[in-house]
Amino acid sequence: MSLTARDVAEILRVLEESSFDTLDLDMDGVQLRLRRSGAPPARESVPTPALAPRAGESPAKSARSAAPAHTAAHAGVAPEPGAVAVPAPLLGIYYRAPKPGEPPFVEAGDKVQADTIIGIIEVMKLMNTVRAGVAGQIVSISAPNGELVEYGQAILWVRPD
Amino acid sequence: MPAIRRVLIANRGEIALRIIRTCHKLGLETVLVVSEADRDALPARRADRVVCIGPAPASHSYLRAETIMQAALSTGADAIHPGYGFLSERTQLAMLCEENQVSFIGPTAAQILAVGDKLRARQQAVGTEVPVVPGGAVVTLEDAEALFEHLGAPVLIKAVGGGGGRGMKLVESLDALPGALKMASAEAGAAFGDARVYMERYVARGRHVEVQVLGDGEGRVVHLGERDCSVQRRYQKLVEETPAPGIDAGLRARICAAGQRFAEGLNYRGAGTVEFLLDVERNAFYFLEMNARIQVEHPVTEMVTGVDLVAEQIAIAAGEGLRIGASQAQPSGHAIECRINAEDPANDFMPSPGLIAHAEWPQLQGVRVDTWVESGSRVSPYYDSLIGKIIVHSPTRAAAVTRMREALAATKIEGVRTNIDFQAAVMGSPDFQAGGVDTHWLGGLIAQRLQENTHG
Repeated sequence: MSLTARDVAEILRVLEESSFDTLDLDMDGVQLRLRRSGAPPARESVPTPALAPRAGESPAKSARSAAPAHTAAHAGVAPEPGAVAVPAPLLGIYYRAPKPGEPPFVEAGDKVQADTIIGIIEVMKLMNTVRAGVAGQIVSISAPNGELVEYGQAILWVRPD
Repeated sequence: MPAIRRVLIANRGEIALRIIRTCHKLGLETVLVVSEADRDALPARRADRVVCIGPAPASHSYLRAETIMQAALSTGADAIHPGYGFLSERTQLAMLCEENQVSFIGPTAAQILAVGDKLRARQQAVGTEVPVVPGGAVVTLEDAEALFEHLGAPVLIKAVGGGGGRGMKLVESLDALPGALKMASAEAGAAFGDARVYMERYVARGRHVEVQVLGDGEGRVVHLGERDCSVQRRYQKLVEETPAPGIDAGLRARICAAGQRFAEGLNYRGAGTVEFLLDVERNAFYFLEMNARIQVEHPVTEMVTGVDLVAEQIAIAAGEGLRIGASQAQPSGHAIECRINAEDPANDFMPSPGLIAHAEWPQLQGVRVDTWVESGSRVSPYYDSLIGKIIVHSPTRAAAVTRMREALAATKIEGVRTNIDFQAAVMGSPDFQAGGVDTHWLGGLIAQRLQENTHG
């Protein structure tokens, strides 16, 4: 029994639709190793159970940072030349502050690091922290508080260091 | 159920566009969720509002029920149409809709669950006196061996958790049983997250005949006739037609009544399809499974009945019940559908994604085209290869075949490989023209063409 290109395509499709990131297949002397890489894993943010991320939590332990900052084609128009968008890593409701009435995570003019939390995106009661993903200074914040952001929509704009 | 004003469409491609069309005809607003790959596709340009829900891989976009539900709530949609595939037959989205007072344009989550479990559906069929292929559940190898002896070779091992050929194994001898059982179970586990399998007697010469039903969710069901989908390659349908050719009125009435009875037994809500295997040699039919969704091939039924099935789905979801009676569902003429796929028949039907440099679809009388593809469209490798469906309607089957040949000849797709010429060969074959081919026929035609190409 041999593995045809068609079989591999089918296996890729199965992996694609699954929740797994890797697949190792070992059959009849054929070894197939598939790894999910590229855009999706880096862009994903991990749901956090609490509304506010705990203070002092190490970046490695908490949610992965949002997308590597880039000016996505659909992010919108940059407010100044060279500014990069921090795109929403998922669709949901964007919150600027950990709780209503509390000060926002960040304001225009603030300096951010790649792991700086810039907001929360709620998807069906699940709170996902969003990180800047880029170091620099915030030029402007474009996503309105408490409203829907689409995947890839610019949350804010950063003048990179 | 409140009235439906704004419908979110949780799908892509031709079916998204087809749903949008009916919504707009009914004066309903549409919200389309898209992945990054589909932002600029034709359906996105037709919807009233478009929301991007994630990157191209379906597992990160079209299969994310929570994200889609959030999109529905945030855009004020009062109903979700799931189309076919993706989340249409998973309970998750239907359940989220039920929890959030959004109408799911489809069956209840409980009904999806009931028909999704093929063993439960089999029992349901038995309970409503709908014939099933002799067989049953197999848990241990001893069970399997005993059942194998009882049924006699050959047998089919099938997945309890889903269909489409995955996890299906033909077993011709007792020696091959343990290995086949293990493999079927592993495949079923990988494909459906459910490793359970069952065994049925193998029907050597069968036709795939299915019955379209509409139910109001309160026990009233009408059927809209049958479709013959026997022209299949590896359980993937390529041509569908109605009425099923060469079936006498008595058998047709019995099959349709069985489909209706099965759906009545579930108090089925919405549009659904009850699939049967027609045993050509014995002139008998057996229940295969029920599909709890709108089917790819629904347009052939629409052509001969004049019923807009998507409009009926929406009416049922809005609590208007069944608006058509059995007498209105009387078919007239003959309809055939050819699926046009971006794939290469000369290369084992390998998908052929890419940029459509030029697309020209037939504009002929009695021909309907459901497509999302135009010049400049991109066929993404992330999704299935269906780029369009050509549906013809004529007074007779022979006239329908002729019209389909004209329609295929008038279709020009450049930039990707397609099965248009292959479909023309199907339409031109004397067997197909005679009508009533079985599900193995297409495999034979493919082998024959392959041989001719090798020698030519």
